[in-house]
Amino acid sequence: MTPFTVLTARAAPLMRDNIDTDTIIPSREMRTVAKTGLADGLFAGWRYTSIGSRTPDPEFILNRPERRGFSILVTGDNFGCGSSREHAVWALAEYGIRAIVAPSFNPIFRANCIANGVVPVSVERDTVERLAAMTEADPSLLFTLDLPRQEMRVGDDVIFGFEIDPESKDALISGLDPIARTLRLRDQILAFVKTDRQLRPWIYSATATDHSARETA
Amino acid sequence: MSGTLLDKIWETHRVAGGHGGADLVLIDRILLHERTGGIALKSLLESGREVMAPEHAFAVMDHIVDTHVGRTDRTIMPTGTDFIRATRRAAHAAGVRLFDLDDPAQGIVHVISPELGIVQPGATLVCPDSHTCSQGALGALAWGIGSTEAEHALATSTLSLRRPRTMRIRIEGVLAPGVTAKDLALALIGRFGAGGGEGHVVEYSGSAVSAMDIEARLTLCNMATEFAAFSALIAPDSRTVDYLRGRRFAPAGDDWVKAEENWLSLRSDDDAVFDSELSFDAGTVAPMVTWGTNPQQVVPIDGTVPDRNAGGPKAQENWDRALDYMGLVPGDRLTGLKIDAAFIGSCTNSRISDLRRAAAILKGRKVAEGVKAICVPGSTMVKRQAEAEGLDRIFRDAGFEWRESGCSMCFFAGGESFGPGERVVSSTNRNFESRQGPRTRTHIASPETVAASAVAGSIADVRTFAR
Ligand code: SF4
Repeated sequence: MTPFTVLTARAAPLMRDNIDTDTIIPSREMRTVAKTGLADGLFAGWRYTSIGSRTPDPEFILNRPERRGFSILVTGDNFGCGSSREHAVWALAEYGIRAIVAPSFNPIFRANCIANGVVPVSVERDTVERLAAMTEADPSLLFTLDLPRQEMRVGDDVIFGFEIDPESKDALISGLDPIARTLRLRDQILAFVKTDRQLRPWIYSATATDHSARETA
Repeated sequence: MSGTLLDKIWETHRVAGGHGGADLVLIDRILLHERTGGIALKSLLESGREVMAPEHAFAVMDHIVDTHVGRTDRTIMPTGTDFIRATRRAAHAAGVRLFDLDDPAQGIVHVISPELGIVQPGATLVCPDSHTCSQGALGALAWGIGSTEAEHALATSTLSLRRPRTMRIRIEGVLAPGVTAKDLALALIGRFGAGGGEGHVVEYSGSAVSAMDIEARLTLCNMATEFAAFSALIAPDSRTVDYLRGRRFAPAGDDWVKAEENWLSLRSDDDAVFDSELSFDAGTVAPMVTWGTNPQQVVPIDGTVPDRNAGGPKAQENWDRALDYMGLVPGDRLTGLKIDAAFIGSCTNSRISDLRRAAAILKGRKVAEGVKAICVPGSTMVKRQAEAEGLDRIFRDAGFEWRESGCSMCFFAGGESFGPGERVVSSTNRNFESRQGPRTRTHIASPETVAASAVAGSIADVRTFAR
């Protein structure tokens, strides 16, 4: 996972509420058992002229020449709702999106962002709309997303500050593998489980013995 | 100290307080399916790690398997076979129990977990699937995660997360005849919005919930993710205990006695404080049907497509798009709207009670000319039970296809679909654009509404169908 500190990049507005993960990456675009090869399928239903085609729809915002190479997506409420497929974030990240600014995110999608080094920035809707209007007015405008300072700037001007919980922030900045971090607590986990076995034995005994003989419908 | 049900489950699972507010939480059960779970297992093995507690993980084939009778590893979705084989290989290599295609316990993950007693009250359960919240119906903290988090849970038996906020929805009153948990779930989303439960663990309580059997509770909790909730919870009671007794992976002997005592003590204290509280009158709910492309865009079945101003200015753009997609205009009546297809299935509504209620409507009737009607039982066990009761014959005689269990056309994976512009009444949970196939128009409703509509050839009010 690429560590994230400060990013200066252009933005693109996609101001619709409730954009779901199937819109971000349609199921039919998830062809392999891999986390890569998904960028082409990103927003496929909107991006191409018809289902299955690869002819870009010139009307779709991401296809406009002035948006090429943008890294900050500005969007509506409840972004990433629907299916929990992590492919949505893999596709966004592979396409080059490093941060998403929205009034709110679906919780699973948000966790997937953190796990993949994409910064979910949630701010008031008015602020999101202001940002969208700015990039709408001048697509070449460069925004600086400063994660350590939790602010968005244009040049030296702070456009807004934002909240992010410290552990998500650390995970994004360090770019460390979360499994390795947790496995440092392996002994503590095993000790906890040992005690838990005494307290809740049924959690452990039930799966150890498969009582298929007394199966009921 | 008094607390909510969530607080109590959380405290028994908190391995360590992480810094900055996240806790490391013990995970009791991990469920995987071939679409998003195989990738987690594969990635874990490739990184040279192993599953910390393989006996607590279960894998099943449900999402992209063919549901036609006589199925094999071959799928209608191109490359689906790769997912199936990769998952099978990874499950074997990792020592994770797999309910494969031909296993009598195979079925939709959220249907088989309760029916096998894998999910238990007070347990933590995760699955890389957004409808994992269904299983909160048994009093477990069950939530959907991503594949990377699943890998973390497999490798460490834990996840690091903040305690979610809590919301209680008290539902009092009695559901009218012909009105089900599905209608209630849709009415709640219609009232409070698709973002209404954002990030919360929603505890459903009240007399209407106590009166529901476990299958109805599963339907109610299933839709919590469409409410943007972190998950749903219902405190375990004697119905929960009775439901689980004797199931394949439920505790037995002395452990059952201990478990039962523990489970029945699990509930929010009377003076527990929730971050948010709502109440709802079950008695006011009618059979519901969605008209748009989001479960919030829902009306009572005898209603009309609302005026775009009803949602306020922000909703208007979405509104127009939804109307255009669905081929409707404000003022259109939902009942009488001609349909091309009817689908009964999915983790929301494909359990035995759902099939029984739909069959009661279909008995002695025929699906209307030109309507493609499909029933996909939620699990192989449900299918066999239905066949033992003769329900399959009722479905088939009426003109329904009777399938093998799986997710099937609940979602479009690139294989089978209803055609573009086709109007489908469906017992599933999502009416998003192209969810059931490119440009397919989905109306979500209860299984009995689907059955009645299939017979009528148009969206029908089940209350006007004499039994
Ligand atoms: S039945 Fe539908 S909603 Fe349920 S798990 Fe399968 S695809 Fe998801």
